[in-house]
Amino acid sequence: MSAIAVSGLRKSYGGREVLHAVSFTVETGEVFALLGPNGAGKTTTVEILEGYRARDDGDVQVLGEDPGRAGSSYRARIGIVLQSSAVYPLLSVQEIVALFAGYYPSPRRPDEVIELVGLGLQRDARVRTLSGGQLRRLDLALALVGDPELVFLDEPTTGFDPAARRQAWETIRDLRSLGKSILLTTHYMEEAQRLADRVAILRAGEIVGTGSPRELLSGHASVEIRYRRNGSEVVLATEEPTRVLHELTAQALADGVELEGLEVHRRTLEDVYLDLTREEAE
Amino acid sequence: MRLFLHELRAQQRLFWRNREAAFFSFVFPILLLALVGSVYGDEPIEGVSAATFILIGLLGYGVAANAFAGLAITLVVRREAGLLKRVRGTPLEPGMYLAAVIASTVTVIALQVVAQLLLGVYLLDADWPERPASLAFAVLLGAAAFAALGIAVTTLVRTAEGSSAVVNAIYLPMAFISGVFFSREDMPAFLEALSDVLPLTYLLALIRAAFVPGEAFEASSVAAVVLWGLLGLVVAVRMFRWEPREGMTGA
Ligand SMILES: Nc1ncnc2c1ncn2[C@@H]1O[C@H](COP(=O)(O)OP(=O)(O)OP(=O)(O)O)[C@@H](O)[C@H]1O
Ligand SMILES: [Mg+2]
Repeated sequence: MSAIAVSGLRKSYGGREVLHAVSFTVETGEVFALLGPNGAGKTTTVEILEGYRARDDGDVQVLGEDPGRAGSSYRARIGIVLQSSAVYPLLSVQEIVALFAGYYPSPRRPDEVIELVGLGLQRDARVRTLSGGQLRRLDLALALVGDPELVFLDEPTTGFDPAARRQAWETIRDLRSLGKSILLTTHYMEEAQRLADRVAILRAGEIVGTGSPRELLSGHASVEIRYRRNGSEVVLATEEPTRVLHELTAQALADGVELEGLEVHRRTLEDVYLDLTREEAE
Repeated sequence: MRLFLHELRAQQRLFWRNREAAFFSFVFPILLLALVGSVYGDEPIEGVSAATFILIGLLGYGVAANAFAGLAITLVVRREAGLLKRVRGTPLEPGMYLAAVIASTVTVIALQVVAQLLLGVYLLDADWPERPASLAFAVLLGAAAFAALGIAVTTLVRTAEGSSAVVNAIYLPMAFISGVFFSREDMPAFLEALSDVLPLTYLLALIRAAFVPGEAFEASSVAAVVLWGLLGLVVAVRMFRWEPREGMTGA
């Protein structure tokens, strides 16, 4: 059974439709990334799945339940990181994690979760003294302490330093290896490319691309070679960079010219994302 | 029950750590009793000694300060910070959460009542209540009604910054007009008429009945407090929001 099945999901705010028949599925045990520009509808989608917002149309099944009607027993099975942090500023890290652990039927040990997100040294610090990135890690701890089957992470690593981001990736991979399902949104394409089994790209409320990062990258020439000639930029897209580069450089040597600004660039998810989300106007 | 106590403990911790709020709703009514009580003369007011009159007034004031003003401001601040939304995403039942927040407020009120009684009776020479059980009943009923009204009033406030302004604009005039500090008999007729509809007026009447020998609760006073409570409850149940202002989600 899929962890999440969404089909024909529609949502309007005050008469303006922001989700137009969105459909996707997230398999059990999968890391699924929802990508898209600001305002594309990622948070709206995620919060409908979490049970916070009502949908206007479409079928939504999460862990076999309709989140629009599900109650406490559903919320016991999911973990949530909201886009904006919200934690009582006057409690300590240890106190708030223990408080949330008490809400769940079979929680993980608070100390273990605090270590897991790298807040061991801040255990007794008041929440209001934490840095932005530390606060975000605490959000992650609160999402995990209930030992959920499915975790919703809305831009979980925003504000993380590079080492903390890598640590968060490890944590998410560990969750997957425990068989948990993860739906995350992010603006970091490297994060999606490295973590996600599959991604969906949302643009203005419509899904414009879906598949594994590898699938999304296929069908396009995988390498771009760029250089400048007479001040204007030349871009060669190719599947055979070795041959093309060899011919190019051989010719340049023969002519005795320098290939200015020569670069070889492998296409990444970010390039695909930028192509797919580019405004129609172009 | 275990979960309720777990949440109540956290709510108590949060209350006492928030120094400004704890001063405003717990310390201030006690302080006010000490200050006002020591400047009132010996002239009896409404048939009780001046000290007893002001003790009765500030017992009622304290109930409103905590259950109405303190609770409303706390809930608005938490709502606008997204804290209520976050709690709503856990398996904790929303009703259980609110029950624990209200129970925490009642705990504070109980401590405050004890402190005010000790201060009033031993330092200001006020009377000891004739029927302590009736006093406890009046305070609990008042706390329940004002808590319902406090939750209802959160629906009128749109921002955390605006919460204390709105709440104070309602409950400070109410305290004066209901006769916390001076007798309603000395008020101009229109204020007295206004005070006839305010819930605190009737809560003060109930508290007073617990102090005066030979007096009993008047059914009309009980009914007035209950009706105000029910009104608050209806508004609260229909309109209470867990999420920040409409249209303000995310960053
Ligand atoms: N509560 C709301 N009321 C009215 N409009 C809303 C509300 N929430 C979101 N919107 C609108 O819906 C659209 C989608 O918003 P949403 O927050 O889902 O985008 P997002 O993809 O999460 O963006 P971001 O990357 O900036 O977080 C936007 O145009 C936004 O203005
Ligand atoms: Mg968002």
